[in-house]
Amino acid sequence: MTPRRKRLLAVLAIVVGVGAAAVLASLAFEENLLYFYSPTQIVAGEVPEGRTFRIGGLVTTGSVQRSSGSLEVHFVVTDNQESIPVRYTGLLPDLFSEGKGVIAHGHMTDSGEFVADEVLAKHDENYMPPEVAESLHMPTPARTTE
Amino acid sequence: MNWTWFHKLASPPHFYRLAGRITPWLGWPAFLLIVIGLYGGLVLAPPDYQQGDAFRIVYVHAPSAWMSMFIYGMMAIAAAIGLIWRIKLAHAVAAAAAPVGAWFTFVTLVTGSLWGRPMWGTWWQWDARMTSELILLFLYLGLIALRASIDDRERADRASAVLALVGVVNLPIIHYSVYWWNTLHQGSTITKFGKPSITFDMLWPLLVMFVAFKLFFGMVLMLRVRGEVLRRERDASWLREELTR
Amino acid sequence: MNLSDFLAMGGYAAFVWPSFGLTLIMLILNVRNARRMHALAREHALRRLDAARKPT
Repeated sequence: MTPRRKRLLAVLAIVVGVGAAAVLASLAFEENLLYFYSPTQIVAGEVPEGRTFRIGGLVTTGSVQRSSGSLEVHFVVTDNQESIPVRYTGLLPDLFSEGKGVIAHGHMTDSGEFVADEVLAKHDENYMPPEVAESLHMPTPARTTE
Repeated sequence: MNWTWFHKLASPPHFYRLAGRITPWLGWPAFLLIVIGLYGGLVLAPPDYQQGDAFRIVYVHAPSAWMSMFIYGMMAIAAAIGLIWRIKLAHAVAAAAAPVGAWFTFVTLVTGSLWGRPMWGTWWQWDARMTSELILLFLYLGLIALRASIDDRERADRASAVLALVGVVNLPIIHYSVYWWNTLHQGSTITKFGKPSITFDMLWPLLVMFVAFKLFFGMVLMLRVRGEVLRRERDASWLREELTR
Repeated sequence: MNLSDFLAMGGYAAFVWPSFGLTLIMLILNVRNARRMHALAREHALRRLDAARKPT
């Protein structure tokens, strides 16, 4: 084996070795790499009990209820299989709207309600002008500036 | 296969002259395309149906993000060539690329934060995409620091090359993070296969900016490699001829 | 289109303009740094050549 060939193999060994280590590490810490859990995972009991976590899904259409005089808001998060009711008090991001993606951080109560201390909007990778969205019947968020 | 072109390209005097000659051919088109891309992105493109004008940040965020990964990949390839074939010029290219990559990564993170605040409702979240991009910045900074801390040039080259290769694993992690794990960040709008999920009037300034940033990087890299070569070849006889002509 | 609407960026001016501003500053800094690095290296090399040429 020529020295150059040896060095080539060493370079390959570094890249492949580190790659394998990364795969193993990510499998071992799979749970901690999950940024949020879906309602299905929560119902299935995949979330460790008694700790705060994030729930992610879509805001069920027609589920948003705001109470007058306070910032408290109730809505339901769904992944089209299971649904979890969420309670939150605070300002919502601009993109928060029914039928759109949402991520909430908080904990489950005994009554099966998720109490959130932070609500974020998750949007998709589609961009289009309003006219195109309208012709495709995409729900446009009503700019809620209450 | 005939490798003379490769050895000629890897010879410092030849590359020094070649780089000097092509720099303006990269720089001016880059400048022109950046002006066109900015005008297209800020003025001509319509606002997004969901995000309004905030979506325009994509025209600087996405091209920067793309460059942050492209530069790392290119740098790692240069480092591998330097290690395997012992080509000094390849190490000079890797050394020249790192600071530029760090800048693009930094801009990616800051513009992403400025975009995330109004749209998602947060400046920063530790999701897989953002965390892996932050690790990319630390890799670049680590490479710059490592090189600065070793006086012996050859040892600095080799140590940096090994670290650069170790960091390559982060590139697929950044790219696929949004598919492998649940993340706040959305998937890719433009993929190699399949139709981009963006209308053409919004797409073209983005593509123009992609090309512009690539050319821009090419120009800056040529300038920096010339500087690196001058520093590394200071006692070579060709330098005497070249500089006193 | 009127200018103040353009500058307002639909209410997102505070996020859009800093993003574009930072990017432009980064691009300009990169060109400046690269040119300066090359100029410094060149100057340094020339000085070395001069020093070597002088009779001791």
